[in-house]
Amino acid sequence: MKTAAAAIVGVAESDLGEVGPDRSELQLQAQAAVAALADAGLELSDVDGVLSASVTTSTPNVQVADYLGIQAGFTDGTNIGGASFVSHLGHASMAIAAGHCKVALITYGSTQRSSRSQSRGRSGGVRGSEQYEQVWGMPTPIGAYALAATRHMSLYGTTSEQLAEVAVATRKWAAMNPKAFKHDLITIDDVVGSPFVAEPLHRLDCCLVTDGGGAVIVAAADRLAAVRKPPVWVLGHGESHTHDRISSMPDLTVTPAAISGPKAMAMAGVTHDDIDVAEIYDSFTITVLLTLESLGFCKPGESGAFVSGQRTAPGGDFPMNTQGGGLSYCHPGMFGIFTLIEAARQLRGESGARQVAGARIALAHGTGGVLSSAATAVLGVT
Amino acid sequence: METTRPYPIADGDSRPFWDGCRDRKLMIQWCVACAKFVFYPRSVCPHCGGPLTWARASGRAAVYSYTVVHNAPPDFQSDAPYVVALVDLEEGPRMMTRLIDCERERLQVGLAVEVVFLPAENDLVLPFFRPAASAPGAGQ
Repeated sequence: MKTAAAAIVGVAESDLGEVGPDRSELQLQAQAAVAALADAGLELSDVDGVLSASVTTSTPNVQVADYLGIQAGFTDGTNIGGASFVSHLGHASMAIAAGHCKVALITYGSTQRSSRSQSRGRSGGVRGSEQYEQVWGMPTPIGAYALAATRHMSLYGTTSEQLAEVAVATRKWAAMNPKAFKHDLITIDDVVGSPFVAEPLHRLDCCLVTDGGGAVIVAAADRLAAVRKPPVWVLGHGESHTHDRISSMPDLTVTPAAISGPKAMAMAGVTHDDIDVAEIYDSFTITVLLTLESLGFCKPGESGAFVSGQRTAPGGDFPMNTQGGGLSYCHPGMFGIFTLIEAARQLRGESGARQVAGARIALAHGTGGVLSSAATAVLGVT
Repeated sequence: METTRPYPIADGDSRPFWDGCRDRKLMIQWCVACAKFVFYPRSVCPHCGGPLTWARASGRAAVYSYTVVHNAPPDFQSDAPYVVALVDLEEGPRMMTRLIDCERERLQVGLAVEVVFLPAENDLVLPFFRPAASAPGAGQ
């Protein structure tokens, strides 16, 4: 196993689910940051890099640093939607390799459930390329994912039952995670029998709407002496975005994972067979199928068959979204940071009942916007 | 009263398109340098960076994908269910629209469609699409 310039040394969630009206995004991020630093055995005063993205504010990295009393030597507020935090991990690693910081803090927090701020469309005047979509009553973002699902089904014969396989398998993982929002097992019939939101996607094809936050601590190789736990090396990372509006997506069945994934895997020097556990952003069931194809785990059109027979469930030969995913564990607006948290725990052997035995290499993948952006990280332990 | 439905704020890029809709003309852009057609409207060609001029599209297109919206955004719930589609214009560019006058069983990827301009809220005229007269099942 090779090492790298930087490693994940601490991870934590904040409170998840529904945190109530008195909690703020900054509170959740501070709670997660302090817990992640404790996990690492580091102090707030060690942190010299801050990275964050937010649905509600444009300078969350600056605000989090202020709230925690950090004067940052490296800062990044890149916001490419839900993929942001996996991209932040790559940026932190590059900054550490270039000597700009030694200990980077990546945070996210949202109170969208308690504040009921989530919306599915715009009102009033709309500028730019969005105006040609919003006038039609396009529900955002689900309408875009529904368009991709229809296209995939039409081209390849993918079925609603195959999409449902992902939701059913992911719920089985959630049932083993005390922190998950949903624990009751569901069946394929439950998924395809749940009401349509935007055809062909049903309610149970869609992620949760929850509150929650998370934090990830990334440290330079020469700071590991102070760290409590085995380092989770950032072996490879890649990112991409290919479009903003769904109307501009070149091919609705190929996501920018086709660019970010090969970059990350080439940098890590790994092949698909080397990946022991995969944490694949699951905003919708179709997101997972398209991402698996674009990452190259299966050929175009074959993802429906790939996930069938509960292959991604506990005991299956492709363990995926092992904390219960955005579909069943939590989904506070943007999910990317949670793919990193669970990947790190799996590689440290800390995932309890849902531990994938002997996991040494994990792939974490974020997707943002309307299949617009992607970021992939390959992580490993020695 | 549905006055909060989203409406376009016309600017130098988009005004000729929306004005064209009011005249029942589907206006798209064409690159003087590389001869490719472009939608949505912008100030440089996304294929080559060249200058763009306006051209009237035929209004003929094929359905690239579609979704039947059941749980609509708040301002559109009175319309649901409705069909939002991406159509590929015969000139090349892809455009979002709504399909109308299309029975459920005819709705499919690849369906030949044509533009039809209808007035909408906020004093807009919008370019809807419907199955083309030549499409299978037309006139039944």
